[in-house]
Amino acid sequence: MADMSHTWMRRNRMTITPLLFLLPGMLFFAAYVIIPIFQSFNISLYEWDGLGEATFVGLRNYEELATDRAFEISLWNNVKWLLLYLLAIPAGLFIALFLNQTVTGIRLYKSLFFFPFVISQVVVGLVFSWFYLPNDGLFDIISGWFGIDVRGGVLGNPNTATYGIIAAGLWPQTAYCMILYLTGLNAVDPEQVEAGRLDGAKGWRMLWHVILPQLRPATFIAFVVTIIGALRSFDLISIMTNGGPFGSTRVLSFYMFEKALSEYGFRMGYGSAIAVVLFFIMLFFIAYFLWSMYRDERAARR
Amino acid sequence: MFPTPIQKQSRTAQLTYQSLLPLALIMWLLPLLAVMLFSIRPLADFTNGNYWGVPSSFEFFNNYGRVFFESDMPRYLWNSLLITVPTVIGAVALSCMTGFALGIYRFRGNLLIFFMFIAGNFVPFQILMVPVRDLTVSAGLYDTKLGLVLFHIAFQTGFCTLFMRNFIRALPYELIEAARVEGVAEWRIFWFVVLPLMRPAIAALSVLIFTFIWNDYFWAVVLTQGPDAQPVTAGITSFNSQFVAQYHLMSAGSIVAAIPPVAMFFLMQRHFIAGLTLGAVK
Repeated sequence: MADMSHTWMRRNRMTITPLLFLLPGMLFFAAYVIIPIFQSFNISLYEWDGLGEATFVGLRNYEELATDRAFEISLWNNVKWLLLYLLAIPAGLFIALFLNQTVTGIRLYKSLFFFPFVISQVVVGLVFSWFYLPNDGLFDIISGWFGIDVRGGVLGNPNTATYGIIAAGLWPQTAYCMILYLTGLNAVDPEQVEAGRLDGAKGWRMLWHVILPQLRPATFIAFVVTIIGALRSFDLISIMTNGGPFGSTRVLSFYMFEKALSEYGFRMGYGSAIAVVLFFIMLFFIAYFLWSMYRDERAARR
Repeated sequence: MFPTPIQKQSRTAQLTYQSLLPLALIMWLLPLLAVMLFSIRPLADFTNGNYWGVPSSFEFFNNYGRVFFESDMPRYLWNSLLITVPTVIGAVALSCMTGFALGIYRFRGNLLIFFMFIAGNFVPFQILMVPVRDLTVSAGLYDTKLGLVLFHIAFQTGFCTLFMRNFIRALPYELIEAARVEGVAEWRIFWFVVLPLMRPAIAALSVLIFTFIWNDYFWAVVLTQGPDAQPVTAGITSFNSQFVAQYHLMSAGSIVAAIPPVAMFFLMQRHFIAGLTLGAVK
């Protein structure tokens, strides 16, 4: 009997082995990531304070979202984050081009330029909120030389606060894009560059027609991490303004947290509805990323 | 090489470049340098409005000493370490296995499972927040390090699987076929053939995950409270409310909180960058 099961195992080992190897990882991932996504969908149809009975309210949470002014502001801020965060890509490319030389000490320069990415966003947020201090902050002093005075400080003024936080976020994100492009530039085919030079391509034309096409994989990853990073922004907002002044710096991820877990009321259902909206915005991009990876995957198989 | 190597350009261009480099670096790190300057000042400088001048005295040891001996900072740092290290071990171990299964074997649903890991890795944290918090509370793990560790392991497995699977795909498949012809059992192929080749990937992932988890703030806030389990990223906010408006201590505290991943980065730079830029070159 034992012998029979043994031969059965042997015959099917090519199916059983991967299954066994996948099992622990998949169980963990399902319990903490996949199933919670669907649970959140479900919770968003309830009114629930997280402790007592949950009452089914159908789509009422979503109807409420449609008229919620704070939700609208958060959504708009997400759009601002998304668009302005993309500046990290050309900025990262610019710095990478600047640093792509072989002079003494350049390695140390590259590491130090990359530095902001390694620091936690919490510390970046603190560093920048001191940088933006009204009157005594370095930003206010330097902008004062140019006759600019932001009333209430960058973070105290509802018109500038979001931009101030995005600028802080761009700092580490640019560093990340820079390192991607430095790696990409390292692998640029020197023969093609030489051929381009012989054809008289220089500067911008060379960059656009010869270099950038070869940097496509780096650009793709830069887009992925920047878009995900923009939509995930939470730490900086929480640290620098806590959503204020007057709720002007909220984004969906932060507003959801506020609704579900902070002193503004434990509305798990409403919070989940916000999360679902954010999820579908993200899903749009995720689908695109997966689709391009699928194309590469099939191309690689041939 | 692009742009044209500076050595091939005029002497003036070379000199301009050499002098621009440190200048650009100082501008780039200006906010950070400011905080370093803050952290060695005495409190009196801030009350006198001397934020940017020469410090009236050098208080490095005093300020950092107070961070270590008069606050909960050491506890937070210790918690961070006890959260980060098990997460790294767990996520890397799990993803070595999933990566092996998805990278070596052909079976139905392989790509589907792989894409599920990738997609899950990209979802917004907020869609997981309420259920994960519930799960943790009902398992009695709310406000414990273990609760955070378990979630982090699960979530990081997504990214790690992507990484490991692609790495294993790039290994020479003939090695595995040769071992099979010899009649080596599948788990022995994993242990004795594939795993030793995965060392660079394991090193790269370990430093990356260490940094990611050390710097996590959102889940620390959602799943813990108070100095018993909170990591340093969340602890720094209570640290700052202990020393409100004492910029010299708050900045010293932030620098202390930032140092471990920075040290990790400088020690393991090659692995770190190799991990971060995986896929940036075809």
